Amino acid sequence: MTEQYKKLEELANKYLDDLYKNKTVIKVQTGTSGQAVGADEIFSLLSSKKSDNINVIEVGSMGLMYLEPLVVVVLPTNDQIFYANVDEKLTEKIFEHYSTTNEILKENSFAYESSRNLDESIPKLNELPQFSKQLRIATRNFGEVTPGDILQYISTGGYSALNKALFEMTPEDVVEEVKNSGLRGRGGAAFPTGVKWSFLAPNKAPVKYVLCNCEEGDPGAYNDKGILETDPHTLVEGLILNGYATNSNKSYVFIRQGHDIPINAIERAISEAYDKGLLGENILGSNFSFDMEVSLTGDSYVAGEETALMEAIEGKRSPPRFKPPFPAASGLWKKPTNINNVKTISYVPQIIKNGSEWFKSTGTEKSSGTAIVCLSGHISRPGMYEIPMGMTIEEVLEEVGGGSNSNKPIKMLQTGGPLGGVLGKEAFATKIDFDEMAQSGAILGSGGIIVCNDSVSVVDLIRNLVAFNQFESCGKCFPCRLGNTHMYDVLQRLADSKSNSKDLELLDRIGKSMKIGSLCGHGQLGYNPISSSLKYFESEIIDSINNKVEPLEKMLTPTRTRPNSAE
Amino acid sequence: MSEKHNSEKLRNIIKDSISNQKRKTVTVLSSLLAVQDSLHYIPDEAIEEISKHCKVTINDVWSVASFYTNFRFTPPGDKTLDVCWGPSCHINGAQKLINQAHDELDIKGEGESEDKKVTLRYSTCLGACAQSPVFAIDHKMFGKLDETKVTKIINTLKN
Repeated sequence: MTEQYKKLEELANKYLDDLYKNKTVIKVQTGTSGQAVGADEIFSLLSSKKSDNINVIEVGSMGLMYLEPLVVVVLPTNDQIFYANVDEKLTEKIFEHYSTTNEILKENSFAYESSRNLDESIPKLNELPQFSKQLRIATRNFGEVTPGDILQYISTGGYSALNKALFEMTPEDVVEEVKNSGLRGRGGAAFPTGVKWSFLAPNKAPVKYVLCNCEEGDPGAYNDKGILETDPHTLVEGLILNGYATNSNKSYVFIRQGHDIPINAIERAISEAYDKGLLGENILGSNFSFDMEVSLTGDSYVAGEETALMEAIEGKRSPPRFKPPFPAASGLWKKPTNINNVKTISYVPQIIKNGSEWFKSTGTEKSSGTAIVCLSGHISRPGMYEIPMGMTIEEVLEEVGGGSNSNKPIKMLQTGGPLGGVLGKEAFATKIDFDEMAQSGAILGSGGIIVCNDSVSVVDLIRNLVAFNQFESCGKCFPCRLGNTHMYDVLQRLADSKSNSKDLELLDRIGKSMKIGSLCGHGQLGYNPISSSLKYFESEIIDSINNKVEPLEKMLTPTRTRPNSAE
Repeated sequence: MSEKHNSEKLRNIIKDSISNQKRKTVTVLSSLLAVQDSLHYIPDEAIEEISKHCKVTINDVWSVASFYTNFRFTPPGDKTLDVCWGPSCHINGAQKLINQAHDELDIKGEGESEDKKVTLRYSTCLGACAQSPVFAIDHKMFGKLDETKVTKIINTLKN
């Protein structure tokens, strides 16, 4: 271990001692979803209070978003008590209570964590299936650390993988380790990450870039922004490792403007990493130098496509580029470039630390590791969960997600973003991994799973998805631009019960033209929501085409903002 | 104050936002974002200043500004209400709540209320799907909405 890293560890341990020793620490989970239900107000209220034995800190979400605002009390004994749906009144009570005693306050506590048995009436956290079914690798610090606080991250073993790589491994070793781990891209395409890195690594060009994609425009997915706003140092460490492995010295983290919580967290993380010598010249005293910067983009879904993203970083409009040349040969500013999704990069520190065999021991043969899924819609426990690859959809819905949130049964799912697919009940036995999901007609994609009960008509769902796709088409390829608009019109006809018998054939024809006539996935996959729905709900769609169903409620029509000069 | 004075003031704000960007890589897009951050819209003067600063044509700047849907070219209302119509919010009844917002603010589609206090904007996803349906006021989110909560939010906007 290097002297410099040892010093950082000592600093971190002292900092943690000051924070936790003989103190009760109240952690408020103030991520994006927490703030949407008032967690930031709970935090301000707690911070305004004074007590000698209590410290109050902000942490990111542990993923159990249905229980937010969520507060965790860490007692001086290290026992933790978890509180759900905390309102102002309960906040006052929690503070008053723990400033005088270490006895457990039971009100709204849904779990505890301790080496002992504390209370019969409250379960241990690990007894809850929504927690015990998870295997947290990339999200292991969720709910534990203050986002961007580097000393808290180091105290969990953070940056030890970087220290190991820089002084015990060659760049080739790092590429090999990632290759052997079987890690595949979590952004949608599922390409083997180590193989991708090996395209860039041998290139002798003096300037090379590694990019991290956090554009994540998929409705229903929030795990990329989730990692940024909860444990951004995991990403920073992974990205430095990516740079070291591929002999690159500059990186950009790409994210859409307006998502202030994740943007602030990653910028804090980057700036603290520079302060501690983990970014910049001669990292930890080694010969390796590396820079990192956040690059903001405007609102454009297509900007998340890998070559479009490079156009956006260069400050231009962001239609996708023609390939070849591929990014590894000519990417950002025509320099050799590697690009990965946030989730992909966030696995790397643990793979380097624990070895590829360890990582491979989780998951399925061709999809190693875990999947980070975001549940939303008509499900009892909406939230973000990291589950081993190979778990079935059924298990995720019932055991992790707690099943339907009403007495109406679950009818279908929408997975992998608006270009992904719609799955019916017959597909619920499918294992969650890249290949089985693709076979079922959907994609794992970004990991968003939107759950619909039987009150939702399949036409209503795909009308919404296609409306999104037509709104977000960048307009470069006309089959995508016109095709999506035309498909939306047809679906609108179906929804209004004004369809005609040729509409199904028409949709099929448009879908096929989009697939062969578009440059990027936005057009190529645009027919997916319809084709997958036809696989599971053909009779329902045919009923709509024959106008046998009641017209649906009107939906807004999104239109692109047009420049209107003030004159 | 004369109009000339105001326009000079506007130009200075624009120049400041373009030259004081905190991130190292300065591009047409980053400059547009910086101006929109301080003024909440892109006036014609900004297009000119960015073209000078980045040494590109006015058309080049327009081409970027007109591509990304977050840019607007007239001043917005004092507060911006984002309403999400993404699929998670949609199946949880967002459409009804958006109709309610339209009615209570007397805004049709996207745009400003008559007193210019509020801008209503459609959002494809605000990123808090677990708390759907979600609205946001100037990026501050409000989740698990129902009719009563929407009325409450809109009343705070009106006052």
